[in-house]
Amino acid sequence: MRTSSTPDKSLREGASAAWPICLGYFPIGMALGVLAQQAGLGPVWIGLMSVLVFAGSAQFIAVAMIDGGATAASIIFTTFVVNFRHVLMSGALAVPLRGVKRRFLLLFAYGITDESFAVNMTRFRQGHWDRWRALVVHHTANLTWILATITGGVVGTLIPPGSFGIDYALPAMFIALLALQLHGRIYLVTGTLAAVIAVVWKLLIPGDSYIVGAAVSAATLGFLLRRRAFSTGKEGE
Amino acid sequence: MTFENYLLLLLGMGSVTYLPRLLPLLFLSQRELPRWLVDWLELIPVAILAALLAPSLVIEGDSGRLDLLRTEFWIAIPTLLFAWKTRSLGGSVLLGMMLFWLFG
Repeated sequence: MRTSSTPDKSLREGASAAWPICLGYFPIGMALGVLAQQAGLGPVWIGLMSVLVFAGSAQFIAVAMIDGGATAASIIFTTFVVNFRHVLMSGALAVPLRGVKRRFLLLFAYGITDESFAVNMTRFRQGHWDRWRALVVHHTANLTWILATITGGVVGTLIPPGSFGIDYALPAMFIALLALQLHGRIYLVTGTLAAVIAVVWKLLIPGDSYIVGAAVSAATLGFLLRRRAFSTGKEGE
Repeated sequence: MTFENYLLLLLGMGSVTYLPRLLPLLFLSQRELPRWLVDWLELIPVAILAALLAPSLVIEGDSGRLDLLRTEFWIAIPTLLFAWKTRSLGGSVLLGMMLFWLFG
């Protein structure tokens, strides 16, 4: 145990970093539970999916596909495509988690989502963050998601859509985390490029390829621009 | 669908979700990464956040068409500026929700 941190403190700080995620997950999870119920998947069934898969958008798509009578192979393939973006997040997390024991990573990888990734990477960057706090973020979000989907299946949506602006909780969190990621000019340029490429890509090509496509192109362009700026002696940061 | 078939489906979905989350982390964290890869990976969070967020603000979900007049987009601007100024995640989330409640 490090002197600056106790398990208690990690738990508290991790959970408090996760609250915007939980706030956003609850209504979405309940909506998924309701849809699943209508598709013939009861609370236990959808809860089990949230435990074994834990991937918001892929679960919505899977429920719709099950309802439509799709084959298992096509559902699994779609899940793979929709969740492939996590490859990038997993790779980026390898930098702050360098040298961490494999056993820890086996557990940690389970909880990598768009939301937990955004929160943890921002915190790692700000400092005073470690793998245990990051793991608490994962499992707090995961637990909320599982409970929300089961609750939705049992009682329906408790929160009517639109109330208290709760539908904007996750977008607002992403907006704020994006603002916190802008540490310098090159980050601003990369983020702007990614935003523009993603919008154009999505308008031209239906499906989810725009996420990975725009992120990889923008990071590569940003990387090349920074390298160029350095080689010509200009300030790249 | 029988419960057994459903469980098999979930195991399939679970593996194709878990492995992409695990493998890059497992392999890249155990070695010294070249400088260029670290530099590139450093830009991934901002790139992927912007790529996830931007289309959801300016593209209408159902029609898939560009719409710059959406509430989601316009209230993103004060939310972004507030977050930039205050560096407060919680405050920004509450502000965004409040604006969306008022104007959404």
